[in-house]
Amino acid sequence: MRIAGKGLIDRTKPVSFTFDGKRYSGFAGDTLASALMANGLRLVGRSFKYHRPRGILTAGPEEPNAMVEVLDGASQSPNTRATVQEIYDGLAAQSQNRWPSLRYDLLSVNDLAAPFLSAGFYYKTFMWPRAFWEGLYEPLIRRAAGLGRLKPQNETATYEKAFAFCDLLVIGSGPAGLMAALTAARAGADVILAEQDSVMGGRLLSDGGTLGMPWVDATLAELRALPNVRLMARTTVVGAYDQGTYAALERVGLHLPAAPHLPRESFWRIVAGQAILATGALERPIAFDNNDRPGIMLASAALTYLNRFGVVPGQKVTLFANNDHARQAVRQLMAAGVQVAVILDSRADASTVEECPVYLNAAVTDTQGRHGLTEISGTHAGGAFKIATDCLLMSGGWNPLVNMACHQNARPIWREDIAAFVPHPGMVPGLTAAGAANGAFSTHAALREGADAAIAALTDLGRTATAPDLPQAEDAPYRLQPLWAVPGKGRAWLDFANDVTVKDVKLAAQEGYTSVEHMKRYTTQGMAPDQGKNSNVSALAVLADATGRGIAETGTTTFRAPFTPVSIGAMGAGGQGAGFAPQRYMTSDQASRDRGAPMIEAGLWYRPSYFPKPGETTWRQSCDREVLMVRSAVGVADVSTLGKIDIQGPDAAQFLDFVYTNTFSTLPVGRVRYGLMLREDGFVLDDGTTARLGDTHYLMTTTTAAAGQVMRHLDFVHQAYCPKWQVRFISVTESWAQFAVAGPMAKMLLNALLDQRIDDFPFMTYGEVSVEGVKARLFRISFSGEEGYEIAVPTVYGEALFRDLLAKAETLGGCAYGMEALNVMRIEKGFITHAEIHGRITAFDIGMAKMVASKKDCIGKAASQRPGLMGPDREQLVGLRPITQTEIGAGAHLFNPGDKAERVNDQGYVTSVCWSPVLESYLGLAFLKDGRARHGQRVRLVDHMRKTDVLCEVTDPVFLDPEGAKLRA
Amino acid sequence: MRLTCPLCGTRDRREFYYSGTEDYLNRPAEGAPIEAWDDMLHLRTNPAGVTKDLWYHETGCGSWLLVTRNTVTHAVLATELVAARKGGAA
Repeated sequence: MRIAGKGLIDRTKPVSFTFDGKRYSGFAGDTLASALMANGLRLVGRSFKYHRPRGILTAGPEEPNAMVEVLDGASQSPNTRATVQEIYDGLAAQSQNRWPSLRYDLLSVNDLAAPFLSAGFYYKTFMWPRAFWEGLYEPLIRRAAGLGRLKPQNETATYEKAFAFCDLLVIGSGPAGLMAALTAARAGADVILAEQDSVMGGRLLSDGGTLGMPWVDATLAELRALPNVRLMARTTVVGAYDQGTYAALERVGLHLPAAPHLPRESFWRIVAGQAILATGALERPIAFDNNDRPGIMLASAALTYLNRFGVVPGQKVTLFANNDHARQAVRQLMAAGVQVAVILDSRADASTVEECPVYLNAAVTDTQGRHGLTEISGTHAGGAFKIATDCLLMSGGWNPLVNMACHQNARPIWREDIAAFVPHPGMVPGLTAAGAANGAFSTHAALREGADAAIAALTDLGRTATAPDLPQAEDAPYRLQPLWAVPGKGRAWLDFANDVTVKDVKLAAQEGYTSVEHMKRYTTQGMAPDQGKNSNVSALAVLADATGRGIAETGTTTFRAPFTPVSIGAMGAGGQGAGFAPQRYMTSDQASRDRGAPMIEAGLWYRPSYFPKPGETTWRQSCDREVLMVRSAVGVADVSTLGKIDIQGPDAAQFLDFVYTNTFSTLPVGRVRYGLMLREDGFVLDDGTTARLGDTHYLMTTTTAAAGQVMRHLDFVHQAYCPKWQVRFISVTESWAQFAVAGPMAKMLLNALLDQRIDDFPFMTYGEVSVEGVKARLFRISFSGEEGYEIAVPTVYGEALFRDLLAKAETLGGCAYGMEALNVMRIEKGFITHAEIHGRITAFDIGMAKMVASKKDCIGKAASQRPGLMGPDREQLVGLRPITQTEIGAGAHLFNPGDKAERVNDQGYVTSVCWSPVLESYLGLAFLKDGRARHGQRVRLVDHMRKTDVLCEVTDPVFLDPEGAKLRA
Repeated sequence: MRLTCPLCGTRDRREFYYSGTEDYLNRPAEGAPIEAWDDMLHLRTNPAGVTKDLWYHETGCGSWLLVTRNTVTHAVLATELVAARKGGAA
């Protein structure tokens, strides 16, 4: 119910929204919770396990009950805390974890079954019989699990990520945070002040104290005017990480109607020289029987609804508390004209000076009201009582929000005088707690600690700061007598969100789960969306009591990031769809797409799979045609994705001899040589050709897949083992567009295009040529087995050259060929790719042991000669041909005919397969035990996945033109 | 996490490629016994405390760095260029 003259809402701006399909009205500045409360709603949700009717417990991000689904554009955000969600015109929210409706929820039958749903229910119930695990128990548990629902389709909303740097990060904008920011800002430090709420001021916005909005407004105005201060409202710092890095989640668009380019949230990484934890404290509930009914809330929450939103939570209010501070709430409610029926103070010696009855030594022992509180009963010094009330405020004292200080695994310490855990210095390097977060609860103490912490932080950064004059503020002592749970026979809730009661914790202790971490997992205490913010300390106090230990000895569970839930969408901002990885396009990309080529990913590159011609309906038709055209006429393929490393210097030759197994110092200028590179552990790293462009100048090519890895390797070998050698290298992959021109008419094509003829250009030769005046590099190399050339031009000319090459090829009866045809031709020739050199392969395995030169050292040489890396036990590269033409698949395993196709009989595996239109046969490359000695023998090729079992002949891996006559033509 | 590259300054760890132990710097001489290679390639200490490892400034200057850091506190104590380290290779 709204009352006049209170609150920071804008009453001139009404806002219309819906909850469970019904239209309501609130004001700008309202949260969904305050607006629902203003409309008289008390029942807003159902509890997780028992489906108990629940109302609003708190006024902040710790809310365990009032969680809703927000329908925002195409998105549905589950478990949105109504106490955080601001209303906007058109906001549509619905309650969750109920069916068919919030008021009549069929699963509330769980509440009656409560005796069977106690701690460890899952562990005890879903054990036997084993046959029920998957068919019955799992679907059952899955259906009952979880609160809110996601929409099953992909998230389409936008998110952002951002980075920020500062000298001082102040987390929280209450009195401590504001004073810290002011102190540091005046000293000239770069300050970020982050506040989870939409408005800055923290408790000063809602406690109705003497230091109110005028001071907050003046301080914020000063901060806003300073260029070295960044104020970040709606920004929750959620984690403290190494080296002063903090993660924060900003609600950018969640308080506004969905708009196409408005991100919902932004995920920040803030790097701070120093940080101040001014996150305040959370009031804690008291556990008593049926303490979870709608209408029972925290005293401080009522204060917030009154002063911040101008809403009162009930007409006849009662208070149950164990401390002085909670009295503020009823005093201010009374001042606002609300009837307060009674104050129930658990202490015997508390003050009774109030304008309403005060019962001492009092305890609430039960409550009534199905969908909302109607009555409480209990005992006090004068006997038993029953009182009609629609709103019971409770306060069991305060827990400093120490969470962030514990994110690096340090534990807080127990302070008996305030019955709470507090941080201690150094828990997170560079993070200092101040104010209520540090156990200093009065406003004056918070202001003082904020200023002191800022001065200390700046001193650590080598700056000086002076404390501003502290304004007058309340400095009452904090007096309480610990009260965690009122003894009773019924269920007294600790964790409202996960339905964990005092009984559950006691049962856990009784069954031996006496460690706080065990109790947590057994009962699910603290494992709900609120992560136990309202309940963990009370639960471990109950556990301490049940096990006869002190609270300090019992200890806390581990506080982990994030402090409040973070959408995966925000953490992965920019990473959806095309944003998942960078995309690298060749210069021929558009021309290839123009011809209808499906593009496939090769690392980050996109390469054409095949170039379909009219009438071709399958990839195989196109691929077969391309292979036949290359083998009979000429084909053109873009091979620019291969890594190209330009290597220069007087020691370049010596360096190549060191990184390659074979020798490059003897390579004449103008010649090209195939090279094999090992890792230091003796396995093959990569292969490729390297040309000697000049006396001290080489150009190395790598495979597409390993280009980055080879560059890294070369840098390491040079910097670690021979930094004084005069050799420098750089990747020129993207500087050159390079095209393979292969086939019997390759030379004819080139001669039609080049500015000068290349009549004498033998295999493995390099030369400079020109195309229409553009300088080009020409290599006579072949990955197809045909007479082949690769021509490279500066990238800018790539597309034009590709189109020219293709036009000429087509006049000669040739074509462009894609990755499929390229793959077929290299298998026909037994050329390896990373399908074969997959990291567990030695030079010996691929028949290249002799390429490891004996006369010089090289990377990997020593290790390649270790026992076990050579010999008949090794699986060696072979070719496979099915005896009768049956399709075979890569990944299949090989067995001796007659052996059972089982792991123990495994003889090897298939790495690459194709259909060869030239040989009219399926072909495979495989690694087979002692394979080179088994040419001509037969093996069974068994593919357990594709369910094939094919008898194959073992052959030499080179199926076509083993003498290389075509290659050298 | 951030590392200070001696050439580029303090940079985010996303710019770096993590390789592994500094042991890789101690490459045995040609003809060294197999045990020496085994040591370098396979045998690792796993200290709870100060350790030295190799990072590559892959999206930066291409330098290999020798980083001294504490595996318990996560503090980065020092970074130096592998190529310029004391007692480095010829």
